[in-house]
Amino acid sequence: MKTALSTLEMRRATSVAEALEILRDEPRMPIAGATDVYVGLNFGTLPELRYLDIWALDELRTITVNEDVLVLGALATYTMMVASALVQERLPMMIEAARQVGGPQIQNRGTIGGNIANGSPAGDSLPVLAACDAVVVLQSAGAERRVKFTEFYTGYRKTVMRRDELVVAVEVPRVSGRQWFRKVGTRAAQAISKVVVAGVRGEGARIAVGSIAPTVIRLTATERALATGSLDEAMVALRGEVNPIDDIRSTADYRKRVTENLVRRFWTETA
Amino acid sequence: MHDPDAPDHDDAPSGLTRRNFLTRAGAAGIAGVAASIPLAAALAEGVPEATDAAPDIPGTVPIALRVNGATLRMRIDPRATLLDTLRESVHLTGTKKGCDHGQCGACTVHVNGERVNSCLRLALMHEGDDITTIEGIGSPDALHPMQAAFVAHDGYQCGYCTSGQIMSAVALMKEPCGPRDSDVKELMSGNICRCGAYPNIVAAIQDVRGNSPMRQG
Repeated sequence: MKTALSTLEMRRATSVAEALEILRDEPRMPIAGATDVYVGLNFGTLPELRYLDIWALDELRTITVNEDVLVLGALATYTMMVASALVQERLPMMIEAARQVGGPQIQNRGTIGGNIANGSPAGDSLPVLAACDAVVVLQSAGAERRVKFTEFYTGYRKTVMRRDELVVAVEVPRVSGRQWFRKVGTRAAQAISKVVVAGVRGEGARIAVGSIAPTVIRLTATERALATGSLDEAMVALRGEVNPIDDIRSTADYRKRVTENLVRRFWTETA
Repeated sequence: MHDPDAPDHDDAPSGLTRRNFLTRAGAAGIAGVAASIPLAAALAEGVPEATDAAPDIPGTVPIALRVNGATLRMRIDPRATLLDTLRESVHLTGTKKGCDHGQCGACTVHVNGERVNSCLRLALMHEGDDITTIEGIGSPDALHPMQAAFVAHDGYQCGYCTSGQIMSAVALMKEPCGPRDSDVKELMSGNICRCGAYPNIVAAIQDVRGNSPMRQG
């Protein structure tokens, strides 16, 4: 409930260069699809009141392949990814993830860059990016740097981004091996994940899980056990590295059990 | 169409309706609804003086929105969602507030032809966009084919989710969607109906698409 007039203040940028200049000169939260922003604003959990609307930056609304790397522009929406032949060919697990984000109304507005920057541990595209060793491209006025996706988060909704930086793209190298994605929520549609898993089975296994830790995580010990040992040994490793919590959406016990089941299923279904 | 916000009685004394009585009675206490545009006046394009003349409430900001083809100028609380702005400032109450956080779809409108949840949009982000609400797609005298199909197939019970369902269904007609019922259900998954009218909603949509209902999924 909004009871007093606020100081919410919005600027709109029309180009990346303009957006970066604005961010250099004053701290603002960039927003695009804004599908999670208003939820936080309305619940009073979002302290940010100065925004930069970047929805109009069409130059970031692209999906391309450059030197065998799939480049998802930050403003590529879930709807765009679902419709993209390049994503279908190279990263089908992202299509699975995108189709399960909210409903079509949210898929029309939610962006890959927003999912990354928002940093919710339950973000459905994030395990996909973690499992395929993606790289986040950050720009600030006059500078650009690349950060491994698995090193992008430093804590619950905390990232390595500086306030003057903008996520402009995420780069996905060619993925060799079978891709697998599964989301478990309260219901099939319109639910936030209790556990969400993305896996790649190539020479070894790459497994990333969302909603069970402060950030999306890779199950590195489980991956090692799968590469060299049995599924049962991998389950022992998994129990050692997964420590979810009880929260509003689920319990630690449930999440731990479901994570085990999903990893088992990943391994048997991709055999 | 059944609309719980519609005037109770067309012949109400002195034009008083439940809604405009409540709106007037509450106006003094509602910050942010600085300028209410009478809809009839607003629909005549370029009427803005009426609103510019309204006293500025501190903290409100001016905005021009293009709704159902008409450009409307008003002052709003900068935090106002598109949904609240449509309902409380533009007085188009066909768009419903269900969950107010993007889970139910009752507030679905079209922005530049694409369906979105208006409860998740800040109105400030939509200057210059073409916004279409349920009032913009048909009228009681000239129903949109999707509205007529919902009536014919009884695609509702209480009616609260219906305008959102219809706005989603109209948008679906232009989206890639397979022929089966299960394809329609997937694309209608952003709209929840607590009464459970789903089979009739799918039948209505399949009717308009020219598909006979296929119950396999």
